[in-house]
Amino acid sequence: MPNLVESLYNIRILDELAEKRTIIHNIHPLMKVLTTGVYLMVTVSFGKYELSGLLPLIFYPVVLITLADIPIVPIFKRVLLVLPLIIGIGLFNPLFDKNPMIVLPWIQISGGWISFFSILIKGFLTILAALILIATTGMTRIASALRIMRIPRLFIMQLLLTYRYISVLIEEVGRVVRAYSLRSPGEKGIRFSNWGSLTGQLLIRTLERAQRVYHSMCCRGFAGEYNVGREKGMGIGDIVYFVGWSLYFVIIRYFNIPAMIGSLMMGVGK
Amino acid sequence: MSHHIIQVNNLKYKYPDGREALNGVTFRITHGESIGIVGANGAGKSTLLMHLVGVLFPDEGEISVGDVPVTKKTLPVIRQRVGMVFQEPDDQLFMTTVYDDVAFGPRNYKLPEEEVEKRVKSSLDTVGILHLKDRPPYKLSGGEKRAAAIATVLAMNPDILVMDEPTSALDPKSRRRLIMLLQSFTHTKIIATHDMDMVFELCERTIILQDGKVITDGPTAKILSNVELMEECGLELPLGLQGCPVCGTK
Ligand SMILES: Nc1ncnc2c1ncn2[C@@H]1O[C@H](COP(=O)(O)OP(=O)(O)O)[C@@H](O)[C@H]1O
Ligand SMILES: [Mg+2]
Repeated sequence: MPNLVESLYNIRILDELAEKRTIIHNIHPLMKVLTTGVYLMVTVSFGKYELSGLLPLIFYPVVLITLADIPIVPIFKRVLLVLPLIIGIGLFNPLFDKNPMIVLPWIQISGGWISFFSILIKGFLTILAALILIATTGMTRIASALRIMRIPRLFIMQLLLTYRYISVLIEEVGRVVRAYSLRSPGEKGIRFSNWGSLTGQLLIRTLERAQRVYHSMCCRGFAGEYNVGREKGMGIGDIVYFVGWSLYFVIIRYFNIPAMIGSLMMGVGK
Repeated sequence: MSHHIIQVNNLKYKYPDGREALNGVTFRITHGESIGIVGANGAGKSTLLMHLVGVLFPDEGEISVGDVPVTKKTLPVIRQRVGMVFQEPDDQLFMTTVYDDVAFGPRNYKLPEEEVEKRVKSSLDTVGILHLKDRPPYKLSGGEKRAAAIATVLAMNPDILVMDEPTSALDPKSRRRLIMLLQSFTHTKIIATHDMDMVFELCERTIILQDGKVITDGPTAKILSNVELMEECGLELPLGLQGCPVCGTK
């Protein structure tokens, strides 16, 4: 149980990473949001049986993680947290889609399995890209970028408050779990019969706390918009960043580079 | 200077669950005064303070700050004049760095960034934590968090400071530092607390609340030394006025 509380302590690591100052952090938030948007669209637009075409997409997170000096372990932990959900979505594909797609002498791989892995990889990449965006930009700057894109204020406020609420919720979970484990030595988890009262308590506590936080924001003139202060203007570099990546994504969408390299090799071999 | 006056008239408030938290509270606070609002747990202190900054609105009665009544429409003005330090600093600090947290208020009022920076630095300097400006607030100690919470309010340049149990959960040294700090402020101060010694040192006037009503309102020295009254309200004399437990003398 202590690990739980300890790992909860790190929930705000994304916010902390966003305070770093690297090349990637310094790129204008709007361009980063747009680039991430293009990346997500290209990633999900791949057909359900396309596996090899997805490979060059991995290049983008790898480059960003390296340049932005992001520690890999905490980011991957967070991706893993969501992965079961994606596995759940893709799980039925192998069951229903049994047409053999790849027939090798010793094994047959059905279309279901291929589409399952395709969903898995796409899910992994999209979540990774979103986390990288948060870790290199910060939620408040993302919000200001969305504002520039004329997204209605109400949606942005929802987004920001939900994001805040998650950390409030997790902190309260940490407290409740700690209080529980102190009074139930030797227990591995939380006994099922206590789940009801604990979650009820959690809900009330977090709602109250969220409300107090909201009140204190209002007392300091909050009117639905975070103001992030000094925002550097957009430069040529920012635009080049966006255009460069977008071009790359579009090219790998229309040309299956791994397959081309593959056939090139074959051609050379002949 | 008239906008430093707070007038509360026959304030009544019932929580949605039917609990009557305020039951006809009336008082007037003038410019530069320092008021201690004391009372046992559940007396209605926090509820009263929430009304002063327009977080809650009265069922009956009215409040005005200066000539401005506290209503939904006047909230921006009221909140600029009245700064509230909440009981839990954790509720008040929600940004990723202390600097951004203190800048949050001024930025909401769309001040130019140079002015914001000036205010942030001077408020942090006043409370003595300028060196912590780049730290995440949730990693500060209790006393540092309290100081940061006060700085967030100071940066708004309020005329009136309202504080809910500012010394709760502070160790003696941080508490002493806080009291000295508050002593140096020239704002009108309203402090809800059960820390009788702090009231004794800081506030020339005391209001005792019990069950949502004002029991007494007058000079601190007179009220806090009244043994029967204090006992009746479930409060203790300040240590400075209690008999010495070792030698038995006063
Ligand atoms: N959110 C709430 N809902 C219902 N009752 C409340 C709520 N907050 C406080 N109360 C009740 O109102 C009364 C006054 O509370 P409060 O103003 O917090 O007292 P104090 O700050 O003096 O300890 C208490 O009896 C308390 O139980
Ligand atoms: Mg209270």
